[in-house]
Amino acid sequence: MLRDALLVAGKDLRIEMRSRVALWQLLPFAVLALMLFAFALGPGPDVLRKSAPGLLWLAVLFCTVLATQRSFAIESGEGTRDGLRLSGIDPAGVFLGKAAAVGLQLIVLQAVLWAGIALLFDVRVQTVWLAVVASLLATVGLASAGVIYGALSAGLRVRETLLPLLVLPIVAPVLLAGSRAWTAAAAGSVATGVSWLRILGPFAAVYLVVGIVLYGPLQETG
Amino acid sequence: MTPEVAAVKPAPRWVRPIGILGLVTAALTVWLGLWVTPPDKVQGNLVRLVYLHPPLAWVALYLAFGLAALSSLLYLWRRTRSLFWDRLAAASVEVGVVFNALTLVTGSIWGRPTWGVWWTWDARLTSTALLLVLFLGYMALRRVPAEPGVRAKRCAVAALVAFVDVPIVHFSVVWWQTLHQGATVLNSDLQPTIHGSMAWTLLLGFVAFTLVFVWMVAVRYRVELLRDEMGEQDYEISLAERQAEGAGDPPVLVPGPPVEGARPSLAIDNDSVPASTTGVPR
Repeated sequence: MLRDALLVAGKDLRIEMRSRVALWQLLPFAVLALMLFAFALGPGPDVLRKSAPGLLWLAVLFCTVLATQRSFAIESGEGTRDGLRLSGIDPAGVFLGKAAAVGLQLIVLQAVLWAGIALLFDVRVQTVWLAVVASLLATVGLASAGVIYGALSAGLRVRETLLPLLVLPIVAPVLLAGSRAWTAAAAGSVATGVSWLRILGPFAAVYLVVGIVLYGPLQETG
Repeated sequence: MTPEVAAVKPAPRWVRPIGILGLVTAALTVWLGLWVTPPDKVQGNLVRLVYLHPPLAWVALYLAFGLAALSSLLYLWRRTRSLFWDRLAAASVEVGVVFNALTLVTGSIWGRPTWGVWWTWDARLTSTALLLVLFLGYMALRRVPAEPGVRAKRCAVAALVAFVDVPIVHFSVVWWQTLHQGATVLNSDLQPTIHGSMAWTLLLGFVAFTLVFVWMVAVRYRVELLRDEMGEQDYEISLAERQAEGAGDPPVLVPGPPVEGARPSLAIDNDSVPASTTGVPR
C-alpha cells in the first residue's frame, strides 16, 4: 500500500514539476488572497497582525479546494481513471498517494504564506514548533478530506461549483483550530495552542482512515 | 410495443397509522406545552420552546443523520448492498435537513429574548449550521444525474464523511464551553434537571417528533422509489417508441416502402439521420 502510495504521489508530483500549475497559479493566488484580505480590512497594522493567522488559514482552505481540483483534473484525460483503476494499485494506496501529493503542495504553500504574513503583516511567530506541528496536522486533514471529495466529484459536470460546497464545511474545524493554534503560537502561549492540536490531530486521523477505507468504493464510481 | 405500465404499489399499511399517531401526539404536545405546563420562574413563557427545540434537534442531529449514516454504511457494505438503503439515506437526509433548519430557526427565536441576540458564534450553534450546509451539499450531490448505483455509492460516501462531523457537534459543548447551556436530560450523571409535567411534556415532544420523522421518511422513501421506477419506465417507453419509429415509419428522405428488418434508430430527429443508419438500402 505504501509503495503504491509513493508511486502515485511520485506521478502526481512529476506532473506538477513539468506543468508548474501549483507554482505559477496556486502560489500567486494565495499571495493575492493575502493582499485582498488586507484591502478588505484596511491598512491598520494592529488589525492585520491580529487577524493574520485566520487569513493565512482561509487562504490555505481556498487553495486546498484548488489543489484537489487540480489533482483530479490531471486524471480526467481519456481513460486515465480506468488506467489507474486497472493498474492493480491498491485504492488505499491511490488515496494516500494523491493525498500526499496534495499535502506536499499545501506545505510549500503554507511556508510561502508564513513568509507572506511575516513580511506583509509583520507577524512574528514566538513558538515555532507549535506552528509547525499545527500546520502538519492540519495539512494531513485538509489533504485527506480534499482528496475524498475530489474523487467524489471527479468527472461530474458540476464539479467546479460542487466541490467547494462539499469540502469547505468539512474542513471548517481545521480553519478554526488552525488559526487559533497559530494565534497562540504567535503569542507564545503554548498551553492554549496545544489544546487546539487536540482537534487538528483527531480530524487528521479520522479523515485519513475514512479515506483509506472508502476510496475503494469511490474509485468504482468513475 | 409500449411496455405495460406497472401498477403502482400501495404504501405499506403501517405508514398511515404512524402519521395519524404523529399528528395526535404533536397536537397533544402543543396542548400540554402551551396550556397545561406552568411558565418558568426565570424564563416565563419562553420556556415553552423547550418542548419544541430539543426534540427538533434530536430528530435532525441524531435520528435523521444517524439513520442516513447507518444506511449509507449498509449500502457500501457489499453483503447488504441494496438500493433500499440508498433511498432510505436520501429520505432521512431530506427530512433531517428540514428539522436541522427548524432547530436553527427555533433556537434563534429563543436566543433573541434570552441571550439578546439572534445568533451567537457559540460552538454548538456553529456546528449545527455547518451540519446543515454539509447535508445541503449531500442533497446537491444527489441531484447530479447519474446511474442509480453510481449515485448511491457517491452519496453514501458523502453521507458518511459528513456524519463524522456529528460527534464534533456533540462534543463541541464539552470542548468549547460558551454561552449555550449543556445537556439537560442526558447530562453526565444522568440526573434530569427538569421535573413534573414539564418533563412529561418534553418526553411527549420527543415521541411526537420521532413519529413525525418516521412518517415523513416513509413518505419520502416512497417518492424516491416511485421516481426511480418512473425513470426506468420512461426509458423503456421512449426506447420502444424509437424502435417503433425506426421499424414502421421510415424517414421522409428515403423513398420506398419500409423494409423488413430495418434497424431501429435511437435518434430523435429522423430528418437529420443519414439514410444508411436506418438500414434502408437505396
